[in-house]
Amino acid sequence: METVTDYIKIEKRAKTRSAITGTVIYVLLIIWAVIVLFPFYWMILTSVKSYSAYNSEYIPKFFTLSPTLQNYVDAFTTVSLARYLVNTMIFTVATTLLMLIVITLAAFAFARLDFRGKNIMFIVFLSLMMIPNELVIITNYMTVTNLDMRNSFAGLILPSVTSVFYIYLLKENFEQIPDSLYYAAKVDGTSDLKYLLRVMVPISRPTLITITILKVIECWNSYVWPRLITDDEKYFLVSNGIQEIRENGFGRENIPAMMAAVVVISFPLIVLFLIFRRKIMEGVSRGGTKG
Amino acid sequence: MVKRKFSRSSLKGWLYLLPAILFLGAFMVYPLIDVFVYSFEEGYNSASQTYFGTGMYNYSYVLHDPYFLQAVKNTFILVIITVPLSTGIALLISIGLHSIKPLRELFQTIFFLPYVTNTLAVGMVFMILFKKTAYSEGLINLLIAWFGGEGVDFIDGPYWAKMFVLCFYTIWVVMPFKILILTSALSGVNQEYYHAARVDGTSKFRIFMRITLPMISPMIFYLIITGFIGAFKAYSDVVALFGTDLNAAGMNTIVGYVYDMLYGDSGGYPSYASAAAIILFAIILTITCINLLISNKKIHY
Repeated sequence: METVTDYIKIEKRAKTRSAITGTVIYVLLIIWAVIVLFPFYWMILTSVKSYSAYNSEYIPKFFTLSPTLQNYVDAFTTVSLARYLVNTMIFTVATTLLMLIVITLAAFAFARLDFRGKNIMFIVFLSLMMIPNELVIITNYMTVTNLDMRNSFAGLILPSVTSVFYIYLLKENFEQIPDSLYYAAKVDGTSDLKYLLRVMVPISRPTLITITILKVIECWNSYVWPRLITDDEKYFLVSNGIQEIRENGFGRENIPAMMAAVVVISFPLIVLFLIFRRKIMEGVSRGGTKG
Repeated sequence: MVKRKFSRSSLKGWLYLLPAILFLGAFMVYPLIDVFVYSFEEGYNSASQTYFGTGMYNYSYVLHDPYFLQAVKNTFILVIITVPLSTGIALLISIGLHSIKPLRELFQTIFFLPYVTNTLAVGMVFMILFKKTAYSEGLINLLIAWFGGEGVDFIDGPYWAKMFVLCFYTIWVVMPFKILILTSALSGVNQEYYHAARVDGTSKFRIFMRITLPMISPMIFYLIITGFIGAFKAYSDVVALFGTDLNAAGMNTIVGYVYDMLYGDSGGYPSYASAAAIILFAIILTITCINLLISNKKIHY
């Protein structure tokens, strides 16, 4: 009899214990979720507060009863936010497309073609992966300046159209495609380029999409190189634009309008993320770093 | 006949590789050599492209520059605080995520958001949250006041306060990557080990220390190495918080020093910038080597 109650007691204790651990875990996760989400909430909230309402709040309020879209109008009319957005789009699309062409050709050469010096060349490429950007950016800055390509899209785009890491990633992927397909295509008289475009690229589409997404995120956030290479507002990207807005935008410190600009800049990537969530997270765990 | 065919296919291989070689040559290999050349050219003038002589003067100048020493100090403090803290918190959160079923996807999605945001833009939100001005307390100071503390301007105030915001923001930015890597490492651990341990009646803590931690240690280590490298290169998050004039704010980093030497009001000295960049590279290389040496002794593969 006694052993039975003991058993019940033990089971009860184990249950409360796991309930406590469960609660602790959820509390921890919720705290971090709040820390992550709060800045987003705050920027949206501030962006819909009117200028006068914001500045009269010595103690900031957590909500607003009279939201306004005036700040968004200001963000697009007072400063050239639209131009920064268009520039960033041109930059992102051109860089990504050019890079896809360059890395696909290179990966194809390494994975499928035989030529003298291939192995040595591949080792050279791999060793370039370890070179930090900070080390080469100084000369690139001088090169682009001397070539008179400052304040031009060519100067912005050209230094970042190759990535050794993505060549490597794609080459690994290409190599998984069975050789028999290649020989069959050869027998049919298909040229190498046609084989690459008609067979290898479609098969490797998932990897190419991953690479594209990672590159788009990188382009959208790039700050250092554009800052070095552009001082003409006409060629500013969003990162430089927002810095410019902060330092001499809107005349007086118009924080609600600044936050409206921040929301507009953050929006495209967040939408992209919500659509391609799985793809992006998988891609980042395969080959992305930040920070 | 055979030889001609071989050289033709050889040519084709190089042709496919040509664009990559051209771009890498122009924007990576040549600059890599050139940066060393710059760093030894004394008194280089970027307008006339002339220099007086060669030697170690640029290194000596950089190493004696108080701004550089301040930048090194800032960078090291940032690295020492953020790398262990962010890895530790990320480990806690990943274990939490791994042990729950409901809402896991939602939490994972939320936690990943900082990865897809523009560092400059969101940094500005942090600046507003932490800033204290004449006409507004700022939200964080409001919270501090609720708990009975004394408010402080985290953006233009004392050094420790500025360093606190910087570390906080850096951790906020690097967490998504770490959580992602650790959660996938945790779900990659073979379930059979857990079943075996559970049959043996091993306690949860012991299971974690003896099975989980050793199994994911290579990934933790990978995160520590990339974390060190990333934190040593900190720059754009610092600009986001404190603006472009980092020397005046006393919050410059080594990378920031390199860019300031190259460009802007204090710029025009590519030689000093090169020397500083090479010093940074040497620091990173040394730390990474030390890390690898420790890992060879401690990590189970």
